[in-house]
Amino acid sequence: MPTAVTKYSWPQEGVSRVPYWVYLDQNIYEMEQEKIFRGSTWNYAGLDAEVPNPGDFKTTAIGDTPVIITRDKQGELHAILNKCAHRGARVCRSPYGNASHFTCIYHQWNYDLTGRLLGVPFRKGVVDGDRRVGGMPEDFSLSDHGLHKLKVEAVNGVIFVSFDHQMVPFREYLGDLMWYYFERVFDGRPLRVLGSMSQKVAGNWKLMFENIKDPYHASLLHVFLVSFGLFRADQKSKVEMDEAGGHAVLASRKGEQKSSAGTTEIAQLKTDYTLHDPSLLNRRKEFKDENTVAMQTIFPGLIVQQQTNTLAMRQILPQGPGNFELVWDFFGYADDDAELNAMRLKQANLMGPSGLVSIDDTEAIEMCQKGIAAEPDGYALLEMGGRDCHNEDHMVTETAIRAFYKKYRKVMGL
Amino acid sequence: MTNRELRFEAEELLDRYVQCLDEDRLEEWPDFFVDKAVYKIISRVNVERNHPLATMFCDSRDMMKDRVVAIRNASVFSQRYLRHLVSNVRVTGQDGDSHIVKSNYVVLQTMQGEETKVFNAGQYVDKIVFGNGGPKFQEKLVIYDTIQIPGLLVVPI
Repeated sequence: MPTAVTKYSWPQEGVSRVPYWVYLDQNIYEMEQEKIFRGSTWNYAGLDAEVPNPGDFKTTAIGDTPVIITRDKQGELHAILNKCAHRGARVCRSPYGNASHFTCIYHQWNYDLTGRLLGVPFRKGVVDGDRRVGGMPEDFSLSDHGLHKLKVEAVNGVIFVSFDHQMVPFREYLGDLMWYYFERVFDGRPLRVLGSMSQKVAGNWKLMFENIKDPYHASLLHVFLVSFGLFRADQKSKVEMDEAGGHAVLASRKGEQKSSAGTTEIAQLKTDYTLHDPSLLNRRKEFKDENTVAMQTIFPGLIVQQQTNTLAMRQILPQGPGNFELVWDFFGYADDDAELNAMRLKQANLMGPSGLVSIDDTEAIEMCQKGIAAEPDGYALLEMGGRDCHNEDHMVTETAIRAFYKKYRKVMGL
Repeated sequence: MTNRELRFEAEELLDRYVQCLDEDRLEEWPDFFVDKAVYKIISRVNVERNHPLATMFCDSRDMMKDRVVAIRNASVFSQRYLRHLVSNVRVTGQDGDSHIVKSNYVVLQTMQGEETKVFNAGQYVDKIVFGNGGPKFQEKLVIYDTIQIPGLLVVPI
């Protein structure tokens, strides 16, 4: 467990500085697991449509803790730790499937889909001549030794899990403004799972979360986005957060593809860039406002991606201070017509480990981690757009990263 | 063509194809395909679950050209060497004018200053048309076992 927190002193400038030890230190990492991921937070665990039928399950993680999501015979969702109550072995070894119960391979302790312990072999011992030998103590109770159950809430097709059984409802956790953006994509229509991608990135998990709170980079790093007007510094845009600062949204409207003051500072920009096959950029308006892109970060590790018609959940799963897995769950709506479905699958080329846009982010994150590791006593500088954490109606700001650290420091006590 | 000839031609095509990628002659990569070809890099889990999502997806040779232009001009990534090994090439059936050819592949990746690692492994499921300026791919599915991609998958497999 963490040593004295006084070892970690935040720069006196506050959230406009981020000390590099937050990205490198093993004690900080373990504290994050305890206070953030296993603390009072709602963590994304999957889509309702991934486990549509009774008996369906998927395995995932909350932070770095393995979890099973199940749907019981009555259709209720459950989230349980993937760890036998006996000796700690994983009880579910498949990434997904359908089951009536889980049996640990080691001593065959048997659990139902809600995590209730149903049976323990040799509980009453074995008969040896005229006596019984072995077995559990008389007062051993099955009901005291189920799998650890977590709180679960399905919100318009999205499954959230918390270690804190006293958690406020998810909607309250988001607040009104953030709920607007969440409900904009998840309005209750049934979802259609399109598939997943996964990549392992050699960087601290927070660098990924910060990346989607940082519109400043998007209009410079992503030549593809900027060239085709999908995200540009000169577009009508917003950066908004919840009160506490953990959640944020970057929203923007597509502009014309032309050179302007907003693009002249981009070193690599090719103004004559065109596509041989422009079908990649075919799009359809489908949301209630004029935003063509809305990227929402939901504390602590979920990114809701809406870029044109490509929709995905990006689940950040920390794996030690220097690595994370990024899982991309792409989806559409059950009532999508064939044309819209095809658009989503084609626009998926923008995202993922091969994404025409997201390739750049992964590279930037890995370069940050490499640079940071070489100077653990240093700090990041976040002064673009000021030193505070106000909502803004432009992209040339790091306000949402600062707001994230406001929340982070509070939760971590740093 | 006899089955032996088909297999020889398919192996020849696959060898030329991976050599083109290994030698970083990406501008020639679309020429291995017919105009309206489909190219997909898709995870084995998505295939098993009947999920259509591909990690890289082109449904025309022009889209492949666009992918190459983006790799060369728009995307930011560190230099790497890739080396493909292809084996177990078999002609397994026919679909209209094309023959279905399955093979195994492994891609080794060498980043600057690092040792060589297995980057990706899986199966090619190809539809190949022979004759008429062929052989060329009418469809190439790259079905990968390496579900968790280490870092980035930039260049086609």
